Amino acid sequence: MTRIARRDNLRPMTVLEVNALSHRYGNATVVEMPAWSVAAGEPWLLLGASGSGKTTLLHCLAGILAPTQGSVKVGGTDLATLHGSALDRFRGRHIGLLPQRLHLIDCLSVLDNLLLAQYAAGLPRDAAAARGALEALGLAGRAHERPHRLSFGQQQRVALARALINRPTLVLADEPTSNLDDGNCAAALDLLLDQAGRSGAALVIATHDQRVKGRIERRVELTGGMAVPA
Amino acid sequence: MNLFTLALAYLRSRLLASVLQVLLLAIGLAAIVVMLLVSTQLADRVERDTRGIDLVVGAKGSPLQLVLSSVFHVDSPTGNIPYAEAMKLSRHPLVKKAIPLALGDTWRGYRIVGTEHALVEHYGASLASGKLWSGEMQAVVGAEAARAGGAGGGPIKLGDTIIGSHGLVDGGAAHDEHPYEVVGILAPTGGVIDRLVLVSVETVWDVHPLPPGAAAAAAAGPPAAAGAAPTPAPKAAAAPARDDGHGHAGHSHARPAAKAGAKPHAHAHAHDHPHDDAPAASRPGGDAAGPGGSAKPAPGRELTALLIQYSSPMAAAQLPRLVNSATAMQAASPAAESVRLNRLVGVGVETLRVFAWVLLVAAGLALFISLYGALSERSRDLAMLRVLGARRGSLLLLLLLEGLLLCAAGGAIGLLAGHALTEWLGRSVPALSQWALTGWTLAPGEGWLVALALLIGAFASMLPAVLAYRTDIAKVLARG
Repeated sequence: MTRIARRDNLRPMTVLEVNALSHRYGNATVVEMPAWSVAAGEPWLLLGASGSGKTTLLHCLAGILAPTQGSVKVGGTDLATLHGSALDRFRGRHIGLLPQRLHLIDCLSVLDNLLLAQYAAGLPRDAAAARGALEALGLAGRAHERPHRLSFGQQQRVALARALINRPTLVLADEPTSNLDDGNCAAALDLLLDQAGRSGAALVIATHDQRVKGRIERRVELTGGMAVPA
Repeated sequence: MNLFTLALAYLRSRLLASVLQVLLLAIGLAAIVVMLLVSTQLADRVERDTRGIDLVVGAKGSPLQLVLSSVFHVDSPTGNIPYAEAMKLSRHPLVKKAIPLALGDTWRGYRIVGTEHALVEHYGASLASGKLWSGEMQAVVGAEAARAGGAGGGPIKLGDTIIGSHGLVDGGAAHDEHPYEVVGILAPTGGVIDRLVLVSVETVWDVHPLPPGAAAAAAAGPPAAAGAAPTPAPKAAAAPARDDGHGHAGHSHARPAAKAGAKPHAHAHAHDHPHDDAPAASRPGGDAAGPGGSAKPAPGRELTALLIQYSSPMAAAQLPRLVNSATAMQAASPAAESVRLNRLVGVGVETLRVFAWVLLVAAGLALFISLYGALSERSRDLAMLRVLGARRGSLLLLLLLEGLLLCAAGGAIGLLAGHALTEWLGRSVPALSQWALTGWTLAPGEGWLVALALLIGAFASMLPAVLAYRTDIAKVLARG
């Protein structure tokens, strides 16, 4: 498993490709990643202790943060070549982000949160698809409730549905299990893997949660700011 | 789901603050609208109603009051003037046109004015139906009075009879025994004549036949009238004792306004009228303001005022002086008194204006503080919107849209409220209802108010919007 994909050995369905990436704040290098390649549908773990630079790396992968050096290609597109609203659009359509703190829009209903994701990405609003996604996650009855009325687990499912609603090729999850007990942790992980698998998206889970480790074989270890795919 | 519904959702999520901002803005704008409507309508009316009237001659007293009572028909007259003197003046070479007015009664709050056909002509009114009065106890009703005044609330019809009540405010003793017959109804002019009931001068004289002495006081004094109506109506009856035979002063001048054109008055001025003989002194209504009128012990008919148009510009220099110094009467210039009135009203209007602007500034500030204060709490939402694909410009628009929506709502409510309030003022405040205020009209400059409201919204939300535009999403999201 987990061989390091070399550049001359790219599989046709490479979704994410990182090359000689490093990001610095001031003079301090926060995170470095020589090379990494993720194929469509592959689940990966991004392992590291708190403060190891996981979030920074994740933001670089999502095009939220421009790396100081190196390149990130998503679906063959080098994010560095996209600017301004083009990058926003690209991110909205091709990358699904499940933030640790979920960041659901609380003044909108659950359903509208999903429709907002479609709108923000410049895609037509498809209420049927949104309802279908909620139904698949057991949230059909909560479509018109405000997110804060839901349990954390339910909110997380809404956020997951939002991350997947535009059928991204790459899904990035930031510490998705940190607030969950063992039972819910396993369930959330199952759900993530299942949903990402169904939509054919590559999945990168950034976590320091030991419970997750047994479930996914492909992993990147982040130690001392150096990210090495194992 | 789009920016518009998203903006609405955010406004709804802080409903109390939103409502407060809308209200502040609406109240400020409503105050400005009321101010605009009232001042333009008053100015319009003053302009229209004084047009062509160079001078008003009446009893001594406050010149402003004289103009208000005789030109705008809103205040009580200053007193009466002797008919003979008025006639003498009207024949002066500098006088082109002189229209007599004899006031004293009202019908349902509309003033009954004894005058000549020249008044109708002067105000450019035309008959909607019927004819002008040709005999006594015949009345021609102005459009507005006709609309409101019929029995059972409907419009009045030709042939109806109306009964005046004494005094210039409602509640005076009814002149039951003197019903007028409606012979004509005027088409609307938008001017003061719409609110008048016109009869001949002689009719007014005949309706006020006071027995000597005391009765006058009685007639004058419906307490309700106390303020506004020391009704110095031409107690025309103030005739000398039974002068049946000889050329009763008033009598021979059936056409007081000699210069006013042909007066087809059937001069059957009946002296058989039993009460034609009250002494002048019996003129009711104490006329505190009008020493000129009441002091005149001479027997004779009286008028309330004379509306004069000059025959030459020279008259402006000579005629007022002549009247004020050489007669017991007073001359007042509607133009000059209007300016004075404007100055008096101006203080109130200015206060209202300052108040309105303070409110508008407060509304803008409140909006700014609310949007700005909510920004840090919303930064995660804004960052998440960007993560979901929204452009920077969309965030800018979102915040601007929130400000503009609030201000558009405030603007719409403010304008509606301003018009409603003006209409209400016009109907319910007696002092204003006489000015025929209406909310059903646009004041010039209201379009600018809409623009102003939106401008306030744009200004107040500009800085928050720019800050939203500049949100560093990585930083915000890393903060968690």
